[in-house]
Amino acid sequence: MPLWHADSSLHDVDAVVLPGGFSYGDYLRCGAIARFAQVMPTIVDAAKGGMPVLGICNGFQVLCESHLLPGALTRNQHLHFVHRDQPLEIANAATAWTNAYEAGQVITVPVKNGEGCYVGDERTLDELEAEGRVIAYYVGNPNGSMRDIAGITNERGNVVGIMPHPEHAVEALTGPGTDGLGFFSSVLSSLVAAQ
Amino acid sequence: MNSPVIDTVKNACATPADAMPYSELGLKDDEYARILELLGRRPTASELAMYSIMWSEHCSYKSSKVHLSQFGKIPKGERMLVGMGENAGVIDVGEGLAVTFKVESHNHPSYVEPYQGAATGIGGIVRDILTMGARPVLVMDPLRFGDADHPDTKRVLPGIVAGIGGYGNCLGLPNIGGEVVFDPSYQGNPLVNALCLGVMPVERIQLSAARGVGNIVVLLGAKTGRDGIGGVSVLASATFDEDGPANRPAVQVGDPFMEKLLIEACLEIFDAKLVEGIQDLGGAGLTCALTETSAAGKSGMVAHLDRVPLREATMDPTEVLASESQERMLAIVTPDNLDAVLTIAQKWGVIATAIGEVTEGTRLRVLWHGEAVVDVEPGSLADDGPVYHRPMQRPADLTSLNEAVAPDYPEVSTELLLAMVASPNLCSKRWVVEQYDRIVMGDTVLAWPEDAGVVRLSESGLGIALATDGNGRYTRLDPYAGAQLALVEAYRNVAATGAEPISVTNCLNFGSPEDPEVMWQFAEATRGLADACTVLETPVSGGNVSFYNSTAGTPINPTPVVGVLGLFDDVTRRTPMGFQSEGSTLLLLGDTADELGGSEWAWAMHRHLGGVPPRVDLAREKLLAEVLIAGSRDGMLDSAHDLSDGGLAQALVESALAKGVGARVVLPAGPTAFVQLFSESAGRALVSVPRSEELRFSEMCSARGLPCTRIGVTDGDALDVQDVLTVGLEELRTAYEATLPALFGPLAGATAAHPSVAS
Repeated sequence: MPLWHADSSLHDVDAVVLPGGFSYGDYLRCGAIARFAQVMPTIVDAAKGGMPVLGICNGFQVLCESHLLPGALTRNQHLHFVHRDQPLEIANAATAWTNAYEAGQVITVPVKNGEGCYVGDERTLDELEAEGRVIAYYVGNPNGSMRDIAGITNERGNVVGIMPHPEHAVEALTGPGTDGLGFFSSVLSSLVAAQ
Repeated sequence: MNSPVIDTVKNACATPADAMPYSELGLKDDEYARILELLGRRPTASELAMYSIMWSEHCSYKSSKVHLSQFGKIPKGERMLVGMGENAGVIDVGEGLAVTFKVESHNHPSYVEPYQGAATGIGGIVRDILTMGARPVLVMDPLRFGDADHPDTKRVLPGIVAGIGGYGNCLGLPNIGGEVVFDPSYQGNPLVNALCLGVMPVERIQLSAARGVGNIVVLLGAKTGRDGIGGVSVLASATFDEDGPANRPAVQVGDPFMEKLLIEACLEIFDAKLVEGIQDLGGAGLTCALTETSAAGKSGMVAHLDRVPLREATMDPTEVLASESQERMLAIVTPDNLDAVLTIAQKWGVIATAIGEVTEGTRLRVLWHGEAVVDVEPGSLADDGPVYHRPMQRPADLTSLNEAVAPDYPEVSTELLLAMVASPNLCSKRWVVEQYDRIVMGDTVLAWPEDAGVVRLSESGLGIALATDGNGRYTRLDPYAGAQLALVEAYRNVAATGAEPISVTNCLNFGSPEDPEVMWQFAEATRGLADACTVLETPVSGGNVSFYNSTAGTPINPTPVVGVLGLFDDVTRRTPMGFQSEGSTLLLLGDTADELGGSEWAWAMHRHLGGVPPRVDLAREKLLAEVLIAGSRDGMLDSAHDLSDGGLAQALVESALAKGVGARVVLPAGPTAFVQLFSESAGRALVSVPRSEELRFSEMCSARGLPCTRIGVTDGDALDVQDVLTVGLEELRTAYEATLPALFGPLAGATAAHPSVAS
């Protein structure tokens, strides 16, 4: 069910996906305006309470701007928008959004962004890697992201941000395959298990 | 500070002898005389601006009208719900859905300011589609540039590509294909054409006519600024001189986020049935929208220009009328529905302002703080513009071009094949296309590098295929055949995916209509296109003419870009271009003749343009399409790829590289290996069929009378043409992929990883 940016209610949903797109045209820093949307404080509170939240592409940027996830996404190192089918290595298969995968599994989903270069300070990056909070690495870095990081999670594993687009790999007719389905089947099994 | 004197109608009557700067605005002496006659007085500054805009080549089609009327005579068929004349044609595709599509040029703005010119080209065509009541669902962009290694191509190409991507990606519209062609004739005048297709329930079709006395005229969208003034009347309707572009303020600046909001607001307004008429504001701004809506409704209208929200308070009424600020729409709304429209606009953050109303009579009156600055018959602007039967003359050099002796044909070698696939027109366009989101919205079934883009429209599998083509060299050598070759190539591309071609749009890019040789090319090309559309039963649903593509007196190669729309009852049966697996039989459909006039080989290897283009056989094209569609319908095809630029060799390479499946080819007896591999004979396709279907498919071809020649099998990781050449796919891929990155910078991701920030 769609949530409206200016409506602070989550309408009893069990999980939230912040999709990709160009919120407010990305004219300022990506996600920097959307994080102030009226619905965001409710989502931040729910996420802190353990609700599964997935941010894809622009949604990842919004999660970083909201400080639900550390680091930031900046202009691709080569300065171009890039769209291609992208192999990813799943590094953490224990989160609410990745438990259908196995650690080390390589999946292919499309990547498409102009500002997908993940950056953080050394300490943050060390912490993320030490705590297993990098959920996926690029196999062949498309945008200059530090340490090839494609997606990360919070300490609790309920909030995940990922730059590539698993929702574009859910049927063979319109995507490179169905490798992205795991993100959505993961959250369904997490929710069922939690009940 | 003195407030500027506003040239009101009253003032114009009081100062009848004042000289008006009509020639600076692009109007000729006789055109100005006609305005004086129509008004019975001198025009005000605002009226003069309106006439100069509406009577410009870009808006009035004054030089092309007499030729375009041929398209109106093509039988419409049963699917066309709205034909030429509205913003875009509408075609019934079944299931209660209709699609509307159109291709337009934004050539001159993109040369002056590549990023914004190209971006607003996308924005403009998207609003044309929205205006019809449709949700825009895809874009495509046929592009032409000067030589790939020319310094100015390095200036314009990256900006144009980034602008198309920047606007389209942000709007969330997949870019499913297009063309990138290099030729020195476009050196001072690149072509940036943009195509958009939209979908709507049939009952949501909107028209532009303003009717109903007392109805309110509402301006929706961005504030009006000084950008784009003189865009159509001066920039688009004149040629560049040797000094190149200097008219930067005449280019508009795009705001794709506002366009996205405008789309959503308008669609919600349409769904609630709240508008009586709607018109986008494109290249001609409020002038065109006020004129077209009132003229189409044969209504009077009054507009209070001082109510228009402005970016700069100091703008005068003439500037407000001429501004081409983007992301604006004009809606005609009953007084009862006004509040509902304003509420929806507010929900989406779109400014909506009642600026006028429909009145009795047939006068369009534009007021500025209560004083009339315009008082005209809108029909005199929209419909009574000049119509020219321009003089025509066959180009003096055409006979010598057609008789030019072709370079000697070489022996085929691996080196020749590698040089051909690496040539700028045949090489991979990955550098460009990776900058476009090709799949957003989740319904893209096929996109680059496929022959045609395919998009699903409904859960049932209903979908469309679209391809655009155009070959300036062929059209230069024979404009009648060249336009037909553009059509049949797009037609064949669509059929190769398995879709049934049903309709045509076109963007006719030519030099100056004041040059009789250009006008002859235009007349021949439109005649060729109309004749072929009639035979192929693909009516023209709309299009655009772009004249004055000429620099320092030298016109571009005449470039009719033709878009063909195909229909799928079920997109899951689409046929891809690439070989799918080893062991399939390769069949060549159609006949190969010695036809290398205007070919990519002659150009890429010898910079030679001469001879005559390949022969057009429309009956053969129709038959080939029927076979390709039947093959898709009966699940007989693993792949299908149309043969065009670069001939069979290029098709083999592209089909092999798509999924990395090689081929062993045995050329049949007949023409030399060179002719068989590089001739560009039309009416041909390369298909691969599973062994189990080979007999059934070839029997179907022979029953229908389509030549079908077994030329090999898919196999291995090389392209092997027996007794001619063998080359590994990786070597081919390297040659195919390296050209554009070498010219325009490495591909994304080809650089070192981001250096970590020191802590």
